[in-house]
Amino acid sequence: MQLEFSPEELAFQQEVRTFIAENYPENLRSVQDEGHDLSKEDFLSWHRILAKKGWIAPAWPVEYGGTGWTATQRFIWSEELAAADCVGTMPFGLSMVGPVIYTFGTPEQKAQFLPGILSGDDWWCQGYSEPGAGSDLASLRTKAVRDGDHYVVNGQKTWTTMAQHADWGFFLVRTDSDAKAQEGISFLLINMKTPGVTVRPIITLGGEHEVNEVWLEDVRVPVANRIYEENKGWTCAKFLLAHERTGIAAVARSKRGVEKIKSIARTEQDGDRPLIANPFFKRKIAELEIDLTALEFTELRSLAGEAAGKGPGPESSLLKIKGSEIQQRITELALEAVGHYGAPYFRGFGEGDNEHPIGPDYAHRAAPTYFNTRKTTIYGGSNEIQRNIIAKMVLGI
Amino acid sequence: MRNVDIKMLKQVQHDGPLDRITIMDFSYTETQDMIRETLSRFLADTYDFDSRNKMIASASGRDAGIWKALAQDLGMLGASFSEEHGGLGGGHLENALIMEELGKVIAIEPYLQTVVLGGGALKAVGGAIADAVIPEIIGGNVIIAFAYAEPQGRYNLANIRTTAKKDGAGYVLNGHKGVVYAAPWATHLLVTARTGGSGSEPNGVSLFLIDANTAGIVRRDYPTVDGFQASEVYFENVAIPGDALLGDEGAGLPLIERIVDEATVAVCAEACGVTAKLHSGTLEYARQRNQFGQPISRFQVLQHRMVDMFMEVEQSKSMTTMATLKLDLPAAERMAAVSACKAKVSRAAKFVGQSAIQTHGGIGITQELAIGHFFKRATMIESQFGSADHHYARFERLTLAD
Ligand SMILES: Cc1cc2nc3c(=O)[nH]c(=O)nc-3n(C[C@H](O)[C@H](O)[C@H](O)COP(=O)(O)OP(=O)(O)OC[C@H]3O[C@@H](n4cnc5c(N)ncnc54)[C@H](O)[C@@H]3O)c2cc1C
Ligand SMILES: Cc1cc2nc3c(=O)[nH]c(=O)nc-3n(C[C@H](O)[C@H](O)[C@H](O)COP(=O)(O)OP(=O)(O)OC[C@H]3O[C@@H](n4cnc5c(N)ncnc54)[C@H](O)[C@@H]3O)c2cc1C
Repeated sequence: MQLEFSPEELAFQQEVRTFIAENYPENLRSVQDEGHDLSKEDFLSWHRILAKKGWIAPAWPVEYGGTGWTATQRFIWSEELAAADCVGTMPFGLSMVGPVIYTFGTPEQKAQFLPGILSGDDWWCQGYSEPGAGSDLASLRTKAVRDGDHYVVNGQKTWTTMAQHADWGFFLVRTDSDAKAQEGISFLLINMKTPGVTVRPIITLGGEHEVNEVWLEDVRVPVANRIYEENKGWTCAKFLLAHERTGIAAVARSKRGVEKIKSIARTEQDGDRPLIANPFFKRKIAELEIDLTALEFTELRSLAGEAAGKGPGPESSLLKIKGSEIQQRITELALEAVGHYGAPYFRGFGEGDNEHPIGPDYAHRAAPTYFNTRKTTIYGGSNEIQRNIIAKMVLGI
Repeated sequence: MRNVDIKMLKQVQHDGPLDRITIMDFSYTETQDMIRETLSRFLADTYDFDSRNKMIASASGRDAGIWKALAQDLGMLGASFSEEHGGLGGGHLENALIMEELGKVIAIEPYLQTVVLGGGALKAVGGAIADAVIPEIIGGNVIIAFAYAEPQGRYNLANIRTTAKKDGAGYVLNGHKGVVYAAPWATHLLVTARTGGSGSEPNGVSLFLIDANTAGIVRRDYPTVDGFQASEVYFENVAIPGDALLGDEGAGLPLIERIVDEATVAVCAEACGVTAKLHSGTLEYARQRNQFGQPISRFQVLQHRMVDMFMEVEQSKSMTTMATLKLDLPAAERMAAVSACKAKVSRAAKFVGQSAIQTHGGIGITQELAIGHFFKRATMIESQFGSADHHYARFERLTLAD
C-alpha cells in the first residue's frame, strides 16, 4: 500500500494546473464569483476550450475521443478542476448518452452523434422520468408506435434538466405494452426541434429554471434514431445508470465546499469571536470534514478495486448516499454560517440586474443553494432506492 | 516470507488551499495476504464462542497456549518487527491486519499491549533494550501491559501523578495506575511517570519498561466487561534500574503520544473486525428469524438499518486504512489523521453495536449468543484511548484554529 504520486503523475498535475490557470475563461469566473445563474453560453465556453484541447471526455475510450489517461490521472484532473472552482461540464452527453452510443450504437449512429457531444454543438437532455414513473422508472408510459421508418411518440416526461437548452434528448419509451415492465422499453434519440415536442419550465425552490416538463405529441422519430434493439432499451438504461453513478461522490467539490465554509466562519462574527471559535459550529465542521475524509478513502478503495478489475459494484450506492448527504450538509452549514443575510431574495437576479445585492458576497446564494441541493438525495436514484440496492445486491436480503 | 514491501508514505506537497493526498495502491503484498489467511484459519479453529467462554472463565482468564502458538507455530508476533530483530520486516499495516483478525473473534490476546504498544516503544527507541526485549516478544516469552491511565487523568496522556524519583543510578516509582489491561498476565509493565513538572505539563514525563515482578508493585486484579483481565496497579517505592528508561528523561511525551496513536489505529483495526462480525451476524440472524410469517430480513426498516451498519463498517475500514498509512507523518498531521479515524470509528462502533442488539430483539441482550459479546467489546473500544468527543476536540485543535 502506498499514498503517493509518481514523478510522472506530479508532472501531469502541474501540467493540468497550468492549463486551467491559463485557459479558464475570465468572464465565466466573474459570473461565478458574483453568484449569477449560468447561461448556456457560460457552460459552453469552458466546454469548447476543453474540446479543443482534447480533454473534454477523459473517461471515453481513445478511439472515440478519450484522453487515454490512467485512473490516477483522471483522479488528478477532477481534483484540479474542483480546486480551481471550474464549472462542471453537462453530464447528459458526455457521461450519459455518449457512452451508451459508443457501446450500443451502430457505426452510423456513432459518426452522427459523438462529434457533436464532444464539440458541445449538441446539447443533450435526459427524458426518463414521468409524472407517474419516478423511482419506479420501468412503469413509464410514454408510447412509441411504429409507422414505417418512424416511431410516433406520445406522452409526457418531467424533471428534464436543462431541456430548455437542448438540441437532442435521449428518451425511454414503451414500444410493447404487453411485455413485462422492463421488457417493452426502447431507447430513442429525439431531436428537440421536432414538431410536437413542447418544453415547459418548472421553477425550483431557489428560483432556478433548471428542470422542465417535456410534452410529446405525435412526434415522428426515425427508427434509425433507436439505440440497440427494439424493446431492449432497459439494457442501455441500466448501463447508463452505472455510468451516472461514477463520480457521484463529488469528493473534490465537497472539499472545496468545506474550505469555503471555513473561510466564511473565520469572517463571520459570533459575538466577540469569529464563528469558527463557536464550539458547536466548530464541531459541525469537524464532523463534516471527517465524514468527507471517510468518503474520500472509501472512493479511493473502490477505485483501487476497479483498477484491479473488481468494480464499480453496487457498493457505489454507498458513495451516492454519503456523497449526497455531505453535499447537503455543506449547503446547510453555509446557510447557517451567513446568519441574517441568508434571507434577502433576489428575483430575476442574474438577468441584467446591475444593482449590487445586499449582504456579503458569500451570502447571496446560500439559501437558494441550500434549497436546490435537497435534490441530491432524490435524483440519480433516491437514497432510499440506493439502500434498497445495497440490501439486495450486497447484503442479499 | 521475506519480501515484505511496505512503501514509506510521502506526502505530496501542494501549494493550493486543500490538503490533497491520494492513494494509488491499496493492494496487500503476498506476505500480508498470507499473514491474514494463516491467522484467520488458526483463530477459526481456536476461538469459537465456547472455547472463548471457557478461557475467560478459567482461573487465569486466558489460554496461554494460544499466545505461544501465535508466536512459535505461526510466527505472528514477529510480523511487525524488523528482520534484524528476527521479525518479518513489517510495520503498521501488519499490526492493523492482525488486529482486525483478532477483532473478528473478539480475541483476548495481549497483542495490542505487547506488540503494538510495547514493541512500538522499543522500535522507536532502539538500542540495547530493543535488541534484548524484541526477540523475546517475538518468541512469545514476554507480555507487556501499558500502565498509563490514572483515575484523575481521563484521556490526557500528560496528566500524570505517578512519580519516578532519581535515586543513584536508578529511579523510585510511586503512584497508582488504573484499569491496566493485561497486567495480571504481564512479565513487564510499560509505565508513564513524572520525573519532573506537574499537572498536565508536557515536560517532565518519562516512559519506563520495568519487570512486572519488581518488589513494591501491588496489583488488584479483576475481569473487564469485554472479557479481558486488568488491574489497578500501585507502585509503593518501587526501585527500578536506570536502563528501564525509554528515550530521554523528562522528554517522553512525544514518544508516548506516538505509540498511543499507533495503538489507537490498531484498536480501530480491531473495531473493523468486531463491527464486520456484528453486521454479518445480524444479517444471518435476520435471515433465519421468522415473525409475521416471514424472515424479519424482509422488513425494509430493518434492511435499511443493516445497510447503514454496512456503510459504517466500510467507512471504518476506509478511515483505518487512511490513518494506518499516515502514522509515519509528522506529529501534527499524524494526530489529526488518527483523531479523525478514531472519532469516526468510535461512533461507528456504537451505532453498529446498538443496531445489532436491537435487530436481534430479546435474544440480543442475553449472554447466550456471541453477538452480545461482540457488542461489549465494541462498546469498550468506543472510549479506548479516547472517546469520539475527545478525538473531535483534538482534531479541532489541530485543524480548525480561528
Ligand atoms: C433537480 C432534479 C433534476 C432531475 N433531472 C432529471 C432529468 O434530467 N431527467 C430525468 O429523467 N429525471 C430527472 N429527475 C428525476 C429524478 O430521477 C426523480 O426525481 C427520481 O427518480 C425520484 O422520482 P420521484 O421524484 O417521482 O419520487 P418518487 O419515486 O415518487 O419517490 C418519493 C419518495 O418515496 C421514496 N420511495 C420510492 N420508492 C421507494 C421504495 N421502493 N422504497 C423506499 N422508498 C421509496 C423515494 O425515495 C422518495 O423519498 C430529476 C429530479 C430532480 C429533483
Ligand atoms: C428484558 C426483557 C424482559 C422481558 N420480559 C417479558 C415478560 O415478562 N413476559 C413476556 O411475555 N415477554 C417478555 N419479554 C419479551 C419481549 O416482549 C419480546 O422480546 C419482544 O416482544 C420482541 O420479540 P423478540 O425478542 O422475539 O424479537 P423479534 O420479534 O424477533 O424482533 C427482532 C427484531 O425485528 C424487529 N421486527 C419484528 N417484526 C417487525 C416488523 N413487522 N417490522 C419491522 N421490524 C420488525 C423487531 O423490532 C426487532 O428489532 C421480555 C424481553 C426482554 C428483552
